[in-house]
Amino acid sequence: MPKIHVTTTINGDATEYLCEPEQTLLDVLRDELNLTGSKEGCSSGDCGACSVMVDGRLVCSCLVMGAEAEGREVETIEGMADGEALHPLQQKFIDHAALQCGVCTPGILVAAKALLEQNDDPTETEVRYWLAGNLCRCTGYDKIIRAVLDTAAEIRGA
Amino acid sequence: MPDEVKLNDMDSLNWVGTRPARPDGVDKVTGKARFGADLSLPGMLHGRVLRSPHAHAILKSIDTSKAEALPGVKAVVTRDDFNDMPSEFVPAGEMMVNYRDIVRNVMAREKVLYDGHAVAAVAATSASIARKALKLIEVDYEVLPHVIDVEEAMKPEAPLLHDDLFTVGVEPAPKKPSNIAKVVEFKLGDVEKGFGEADIIVERTFNTAPVHQGYIEPHACVASVNADGLAELWVTTQGHYVVRGHCARMLGMDISKLKVTASEIGGGFGGKTVVYLEPVALALSNKSGAPVKMVMSREEVFRASGPTSGARVYVKVGAKSDGTITAGHCELKYQAGAFQGSPVQPGAMCAFAPYDLENVDVIGYDVVSNRPKVAAYRAPGAPISEFGVECVIDEIAKKIGMDPLDIRMKNAAKEGTQAAYGPKFGPIGMISSLEQAKAHDHYSAPLGENQGRGVASGFWFNIGGETCVTMNVNEDGTVALLTGTPDIGGSRASLSMMAAEELGIDVDKVRPMIADTASLPYTFLTGGSRATFAGTTAIIHASKDAIDKMRARAAQFWDVSIDEVVWENGEARPASTNVGDFDPLSIEDIAKLANSTGGPISGRAEINVQGAGPSIGTHIVDVEVDKETGRVEILRYTVLQDAGKAVHPSYVEGQFQGGAVQGIGWALNEEYIYDDNGRLENAGFLDYRIPVASDVPMIDTVIVEVPNPVHPYGVRGVGETPIVPPMAAINAAIEQATGIRFTELPMSPPKVLKALDEAAASGGDD
Repeated sequence: MPKIHVTTTINGDATEYLCEPEQTLLDVLRDELNLTGSKEGCSSGDCGACSVMVDGRLVCSCLVMGAEAEGREVETIEGMADGEALHPLQQKFIDHAALQCGVCTPGILVAAKALLEQNDDPTETEVRYWLAGNLCRCTGYDKIIRAVLDTAAEIRGA
Repeated sequence: MPDEVKLNDMDSLNWVGTRPARPDGVDKVTGKARFGADLSLPGMLHGRVLRSPHAHAILKSIDTSKAEALPGVKAVVTRDDFNDMPSEFVPAGEMMVNYRDIVRNVMAREKVLYDGHAVAAVAATSASIARKALKLIEVDYEVLPHVIDVEEAMKPEAPLLHDDLFTVGVEPAPKKPSNIAKVVEFKLGDVEKGFGEADIIVERTFNTAPVHQGYIEPHACVASVNADGLAELWVTTQGHYVVRGHCARMLGMDISKLKVTASEIGGGFGGKTVVYLEPVALALSNKSGAPVKMVMSREEVFRASGPTSGARVYVKVGAKSDGTITAGHCELKYQAGAFQGSPVQPGAMCAFAPYDLENVDVIGYDVVSNRPKVAAYRAPGAPISEFGVECVIDEIAKKIGMDPLDIRMKNAAKEGTQAAYGPKFGPIGMISSLEQAKAHDHYSAPLGENQGRGVASGFWFNIGGETCVTMNVNEDGTVALLTGTPDIGGSRASLSMMAAEELGIDVDKVRPMIADTASLPYTFLTGGSRATFAGTTAIIHASKDAIDKMRARAAQFWDVSIDEVVWENGEARPASTNVGDFDPLSIEDIAKLANSTGGPISGRAEINVQGAGPSIGTHIVDVEVDKETGRVEILRYTVLQDAGKAVHPSYVEGQFQGGAVQGIGWALNEEYIYDDNGRLENAGFLDYRIPVASDVPMIDTVIVEVPNPVHPYGVRGVGETPIVPPMAAINAAIEQATGIRFTELPMSPPKVLKALDEAAASGGDD
């Protein structure tokens, strides 16, 4: 089966790639484009470690085919910081010790950013349900939830 | 045990006990941190494993010719590519592994012994070609009867996994093989006499399900073997020196020929202390001549990597009516999986360890069955045995009308207590954790309808072990800190803080790195809650070494004797005004003088750290039971645990919180479910349900600090104990909410609902 030519935008940059029909967007990001910040924890959409934004919508990139990115805008963890300036969520995660091993962290940050972009004053329960698709086995979630709530408070105050 | 050391003045610390940003934080929040699957090498192939669909079968033949003929396939390996190895036990974390078994677990030989057992592996130019090649491998299996349940496996008529497995630890030695690998016993005093003195005796049998460590990062590695036999391995592991040793042994290599680099590790919890893919990747690379990457799928992680044991736990405890426990007896039957080596021994040792008892008898059975070989999981073995004991103690408290913290206090282990497993305890935190639990406002907060509160305590030994540190003083006076324990939960932060504290410099001047196996001598793995305890111990030694060298350089520069130079606040100073009128020399100054005073400077420590202090914790949990659905909601949770001294309190809290939530999963949802053919039915995160953010509340923490007397700062390991108490605490809370004492884990909604319905039908409180 010939490879598919895809033209897309990733983290603001016009990008072209060839992918096999069976490759997921996650496969393409990691294996073809060397954007390994998105992680494969399950490849079944259950763990959220591969979370990215496609046209402003939060998705598991393991459930999107590489070919489906044609003409779309993809945002990954690699595009979250503005140069050397961390996104407030990234800084709060460090400040709150909201990561241990850190493998779920990229997906959780992408998902949390998507939440705060539509709701800058979430309740603890709202944060917990929003992030229920992002598994973390190390932290017990406590410090993650605090970091997200604190970021929201900072954004509102700014 | 090493001698006690003088405890540092805790009021004058600059770094220990503070909360600086972790040194690997930015890498991890920006996606730059490179985990096991994140490395690619030029010309790299993709390896995949063919796995058995059968729980138990003879491997009659494996035909790989069609797979080898597929364009893009560069190598195929089977059992024929690995040498058989004799039976020999070596330590792996807190458990022992046997090379005879490792080689068979990595690649099945005579038989497949569980669903998911590796049978063959291919390396191809793409992952999709590798997957296609697996379908072309023809395996002829002769399916055998299988056994999953531990007590079924113990029966004389059970299907036998290994015809050369004879039970060790019984007299006379059995003449027939069985699935019981080992019997262990720990005794203290006279339990019969103790039960005779009891006013109340409670005995119960519990079942616990096997649960997986559930690290989010699957096993992954990249192997590269050259034609001259020099090899490199990049791998996500808790112990790259241990991996090096196993792989070199299995592949017949000199250890010097294999350099192993630990990637960032996406969780381990004990599960990444053994080898699965690594020897296979090396063999494929050797055969193909190209680098080979191998990554497990989540399904493979569940089917083929180690969960911890499920078990049958019989507990009998006798007590006087004032709560004094007079005797404790346990019979533990632990699943080992397909090969011997369950954590039944540590489970047996820990069973009654939180208590000061005169009469104890714990018997443990290590039993093989057709499941994946268990691996260590956070305090391996202890959560299972202590769950049973804590539940029974709670029941006794209830029956004699005593507060569950008070009965624990009455029997608490303390300094000088003789443990049934051997040692006399030094200072330990059982009483402190109970006192702080009793005083915590959580313990007296009101409860509503269908709500209950439970408490339980937990014990884990902790370990030390081989630990090496090199501290390079750079030309500008900053420090490169090389350690050999992979950092899973923030240990680089605590280790660099200890270096900064000892040297008297800013933590920002210390750059911690995990050295590869060629750059530091052998260092044991991250496990046994040892990384911070043993690592800081070694750093204290290495700092002294560096400081002595820097004092010598200052002495040389000032032309005085080294005894006339002291080290204070990160500077060499004259010991007194009599020595001379010299301006202090900072590390930066001495680094600049290094070449003119003899050359570069480093501090080193290569030691086998002894004297790990046990850590004891007590948990309080409130639950609400939904009588319509059987769902148990965790309303409030508090962990109170002895850390000795928290180096970085945020990461100590993180260990408490993470361990507690893993325990919540163990208590309420997690289990392996097999079909009638012995195939795992829930090999994915949808059906093997670990706690998600909406399942749990905030986890409050109280860091108790009873200093470990052999560590200059009092540090103990903290990582494992937090998973021990949750199951019993939740069990007690559910009992208070419903009046039903569950004896089976997980206490999942269908089981809770069934029990509620049965209680209602038999005229219960509804």
